[in-house]
Amino acid sequence: MALLELKNVTKHYNGIAPALDDVSFSVNEGEFVSIIGSSGSGKTTLLRCINRMVEATSGEIAFGGIVVSRLGKMELRQVRTKIGMIFQQFNLVDRMSVIENVLHGRLGHKSTLAGVLGIYTREERWQALRIIQMLGLDQQVYQRCDQLSGGQKQRVGIARALVQNPKLILCDEPIASLDPSSAKTIMDHLRSICTELGVTLIISLHQVDVALKYTDRIIGLNRGIVVFDGPPGELTSQRSAEIYAKEPKDVNIDLGERNAS
Amino acid sequence: MQADVFIRRRNNAVVFFAILVVLTAGSIVITQYDLQKGFTSFIKAFIWGASNFYPDAGSLRKLPDILVKLWETVLMSIAATTVAAIFSMFLAVFGSRTTRIHVSFTVIARGIGSFFRNMPLVAWAMILMLAFSQSSLTGFLALFLGSLGFLTRAFMETIDEVGENAVEALTSTGAAYFPVIFQAVLPASMPQIVSWLLFMVETNIRDATLVGLLTGTGIGFLFDVYYKSFDYHVASLVVIVIVIAVLIVETVSNGVRRVIL
Repeated sequence: MALLELKNVTKHYNGIAPALDDVSFSVNEGEFVSIIGSSGSGKTTLLRCINRMVEATSGEIAFGGIVVSRLGKMELRQVRTKIGMIFQQFNLVDRMSVIENVLHGRLGHKSTLAGVLGIYTREERWQALRIIQMLGLDQQVYQRCDQLSGGQKQRVGIARALVQNPKLILCDEPIASLDPSSAKTIMDHLRSICTELGVTLIISLHQVDVALKYTDRIIGLNRGIVVFDGPPGELTSQRSAEIYAKEPKDVNIDLGERNAS
Repeated sequence: MQADVFIRRRNNAVVFFAILVVLTAGSIVITQYDLQKGFTSFIKAFIWGASNFYPDAGSLRKLPDILVKLWETVLMSIAATTVAAIFSMFLAVFGSRTTRIHVSFTVIARGIGSFFRNMPLVAWAMILMLAFSQSSLTGFLALFLGSLGFLTRAFMETIDEVGENAVEALTSTGAAYFPVIFQAVLPASMPQIVSWLLFMVETNIRDATLVGLLTGTGIGFLFDVYYKSFDYHVASLVVIVIVIAVLIVETVSNGVRRVIL
């Protein structure tokens, strides 16, 4: 059964052109899906519509059989606890330690008072430590996050998502601000989270080669429209040019330039 | 095109300078300010101050009295600042773009901030004197209201600047409003908030002198009494003591800043 199902999702910001235009697809449990497309093609908006950090203008999003779009505040929080999120800018609280940042992933499961006071159970702390160890950050457990490198910060971000025990993790350009070797570490971790823990991942990426190498399925967005949806094997250079084309007629010109060089 | 930018920049500088000259010359002419007399009387005032406005041996006997009043004034400034900070914190959290519940809260918090900030402290003291007459409560309230306005604005901007990313991350984990505030917003903005608080304490000690002049309390009152009875030696001692007190408070708060930032 599909874990996530999007039907005719459309998002208008104030402009005339929609950020997302009639997007429909479904994602099965355990899939590692990448979303590619040029800047401003709607990748970030698409990811944020799934957990309603951005409200879609119309269309229906179902997660685990529950229609997310119609949920009230409390039920939405319930759903969000099952969806982890990883950010390009890591979005950690820099002045707090690694372990505290990781435990923030448990806040959705706690009562308001326990959350406000930051009271975590022994099991939660053990789980956080186990995940930190798994991601190779055991030396940094009590370090403040502003002392970490970019790659380490992103691993803290991953740990925070994992400690939620999520069914789905949304990764918003997780390697866009990292150097190539840190990026590889992060992608390797994400791949094994999918393969070994069976978590479904949706990742937005700038690099087509990374999408080809790591993910099971690629969705190409161009100006809010899904122009490609299939396994990496089917992504020919013609199709990839379509995804990145500024205008539909530019496709041939782009290819021409590539051949010329 | 590039040359245009440089020409425009130069023209802007010329226009700006011309306006400045016109404003200065214009205000001198309109107020019939005698430039030459202004400078010579400045020197005369300085000579008068040096020959009359200094503490002598006799004035030192008043020192214990002065220190008692100074202590009162310092404590009142700190109390006014900290109490204002508590209220400002609530206003700022509800009014900040990233943590507000509704847009109307921003308007209200900004309005309160602007109103209390833009009303001069002296005006507050005069108005409050009508209700509370010459008492230390009047001074306290005047400082409290001024601080409330300033700190609300400062805190709000700090939270706007610091909070956004971490708020997004914790909200996406399904955390409720108050845990997000206490686990992300406050820890992230605390150093800057404490820094503003210390700045406010320093400013308030200076301003408390002025308010004390009007409300007949604290060290400001003491200065007024000696000044009006032509006892310039003691009056100058009061001024020196205030300067030293402000310097000490500044040194202490700079030390605190170094530790927390």
